[in-house]
Amino acid sequence: MKSNYIPPRYKVKIDRDLCIQCGICAKQCGFEAISFKDGVVKADSRKCAKCLRCASYCPAGAISIEERNERIGTGDYWSSQVISNVIRQSATGGILLGAMGSEVKQPPYFDRILLNASQVTNPSIDPLREPMEIRTYLGGKPESVQVAETENGFRLNSEVPAQVRLDVPIVFAAMSYGSISHNAHLALAMAAEELGTLYNTGEGGLHRELRRFGQNTIVQVASGRYGLDIDYLNTGRVIEIKVGQGAKPGIGGHLPGKKVNAEVAATRMIPEGSDAISPAPHHDVYSIEDLSQLIHALKEATQYQKPVAVKIAAVHNVAAIASGIARAGADIISIDGFRGGTGAAPVVTRDNVGIPIELALAVVDQRLRDERIRHRVSLLVGGGIRSSADVIKAIALGADAVYIGTAALIALGCRCCRSCTTGKCSWGIATQDPEKVKRLDPYEGKTRVVNLVKAWAHEIKDIMGGMGLNTIESLRGNRLHLRGIGMTQKELDLLGIKHAGEGA
Amino acid sequence: MLKEGQVRIPSGCAISGIIDTSGLLFSGQDIINSIALMRERSNGLGGGFAAYGIYPELADKYALHVMFLDKYAQNSTEEVLRRFVDIRLSEPIPTRKHPGVTDIPFLWRYFVSPLKTDIDPDDTIYSLIMKVNESIDGAYIFSSGKNMGVFKGVGYPEDLGEFYRLEEYSGHTWLAHGRFPTNTPGWWGGAHPFALLDISVVHNGEVSSYGANRRYLESYGYHFGLKTDTEVIAYALHLLQRRHHLPWELAASVLAPKTWEQIERLPEEEQELYAALRLVYGHLAMSGPFSILVGFDGGLLALNDRLKLRPMVVGRKGTRYYIASEEAAIRCIQPELDELFYPRSSHPVLIRVGDNESVQGIQEGKSA
Repeated sequence: MKSNYIPPRYKVKIDRDLCIQCGICAKQCGFEAISFKDGVVKADSRKCAKCLRCASYCPAGAISIEERNERIGTGDYWSSQVISNVIRQSATGGILLGAMGSEVKQPPYFDRILLNASQVTNPSIDPLREPMEIRTYLGGKPESVQVAETENGFRLNSEVPAQVRLDVPIVFAAMSYGSISHNAHLALAMAAEELGTLYNTGEGGLHRELRRFGQNTIVQVASGRYGLDIDYLNTGRVIEIKVGQGAKPGIGGHLPGKKVNAEVAATRMIPEGSDAISPAPHHDVYSIEDLSQLIHALKEATQYQKPVAVKIAAVHNVAAIASGIARAGADIISIDGFRGGTGAAPVVTRDNVGIPIELALAVVDQRLRDERIRHRVSLLVGGGIRSSADVIKAIALGADAVYIGTAALIALGCRCCRSCTTGKCSWGIATQDPEKVKRLDPYEGKTRVVNLVKAWAHEIKDIMGGMGLNTIESLRGNRLHLRGIGMTQKELDLLGIKHAGEGA
Repeated sequence: MLKEGQVRIPSGCAISGIIDTSGLLFSGQDIINSIALMRERSNGLGGGFAAYGIYPELADKYALHVMFLDKYAQNSTEEVLRRFVDIRLSEPIPTRKHPGVTDIPFLWRYFVSPLKTDIDPDDTIYSLIMKVNESIDGAYIFSSGKNMGVFKGVGYPEDLGEFYRLEEYSGHTWLAHGRFPTNTPGWWGGAHPFALLDISVVHNGEVSSYGANRRYLESYGYHFGLKTDTEVIAYALHLLQRRHHLPWELAASVLAPKTWEQIERLPEEEQELYAALRLVYGHLAMSGPFSILVGFDGGLLALNDRLKLRPMVVGRKGTRYYIASEEAAIRCIQPELDELFYPRSSHPVLIRVGDNESVQGIQEGKSA
């Protein structure tokens, strides 16, 4: 028999001098990597995912998870990872699945963009002393405002389509119930309500208990149409047609039947235990004109009270596609970049298909401006937003607001062990195991997510004040406040920014 | 060394404006004296004036003031002009020698009317200006309204006022600008006022939102030849006031919007209006310090930024209003004032000629 042996990646180290033999680690480990029997803690490093649940909960601080340096092979091109993949596939004949956003070594453009500040010729603005407005409205905008004279002034004499108010330009990204737990959804919904922003149901429908957060909910219409009926559409604040996802452009999704428990089944409106397959395309959207019909059908169904978004993955021709989406009648274009997260995606797709969000955003914003339709739509972007700096850079490149997924999950406890596909998540996030779901206290989770976004909001205001700006509209698309460093001229041109050192 | 237009140059400034609401014409000497007092606010690298009501005998013609760097540029420009407009009068702009004014381009003025009568004459003139300024190297139309004119250049404003013999003109509205650019502009085009048709703008400050404002206007086809704040302000007002037909007060509110909190405190009907303005024209909101004077056919608009980061003071004596960066620049020409006040942040002060009843915004704009 040929060997399928792959050396384990981590080593669980238990400091026997510190260990008090309480057994908490064994209880907390979601991956059965630690056992506790007869007062002895034993670790099986082969099963460890490095979720750090054990180390986080060990009262004695006795556990450390170390990276093993044991490699397969000797090269860089034929790296240990590459060889492991070949071994796995030769053993199973299957597609390799991965979780979370891609980690491949492509240029991190956000890190190569530097921000501006005021000196002398204009004063920086102190956000503690002056109004600093980051409120944002998503929705389609008319070309102009018409007014009529009245006895004591003027009144509005034209229509403004449905808008949705965001008190912070940060929205929680689509993560379906099924891929994440009820408590994770509840925490995000409560956080969105407290922050005055939105969370996104993903494609798994909307649990009845969460319908009360409807005003803070983006309801997704994906190719599987799970959980979709008129109540669902009417409950949401925004309707998002999901065409693609940054982690897996061009392919559909698959929630294994073992994750489809009674609640998930009821919410998705499918039989318990059945696989939930989302086809790659919407079977009623095979063209741009089909999309336009779907957009208008959803608007008709909801009496034009809700902005309709269309979410696409950032692919090579993203600018033209986005322009078509705007012309098809969408109010919001959501773009998910190459580094967008996922609960499960084929690794070959995740690591090779699509383009970084920075480039996609820059070319979409510019194309829409060239076609004189940028002001008609809102741009919502995600796929690798890690910090307030990324948010500011995205808005200055042209986004109206950003999606965050992974960062919000980290606030809930996720430690990025990339094991979402297993359903064993020790933190109660990417699991439907009731014992594990209970571990995630939605109220504590909400507080941590709110803290995170509030901290970012403070940082955004500080940086804007430094730039001499006090409305977010003045930052949006204001690429004069960005400079690139260590980029080629082509990259700078695509981003529409100058190199560091160049003046205005 | 790049000339202005190829590079964006921040500037500090002095501004001054005088308007007589009775429509009475008065000489340019007052505005020269006013701006001269604020000499230390400029650095000799730019100054200029706008004057309204100065060409009464040719009041129905567009007065094009053009600078040429060479005769070839003038010939090319005149070829273009003859294709689109009837030239009623063509003459050099009268000047006198002045030791403070050097490197002078050819300065010419044409009084014209569009040949085609089936399209809005303003549109013809607008296209003509864009065409000449974009495509003819060394030619620049810097004034294009009717019965008004811009006079500007590199130098101290009071020197330029004497150079242009402004004391010989009579107008009912005058604007002046003294500039303190950080870099040498390299040519006269970048001096202020910036004007498009009858709208002229002088400005003290730095629009930090310039990039956002400019990209929005570019998608409406405006071409930015100078990269100055005044250019972006003039185009924004042209779009709002002329193409989208917003009244001046509301156009001003787009540039210096009320905060969302202020909007929420308004009566419902006004809430709707001001929210719509922010939603639709948010990209024209201007952040950063500015005090702006806008001259137009029939009036003058003064506007301070949302945080009042630049000085501006308004005085009145009878029907004559004075607006300047410093009170002294008003007192030096009119020591006895009926009233004096500092406009509040983002509250427009709108003063119209010929209608004393409608001096709108004056009361609202007063500080407590």
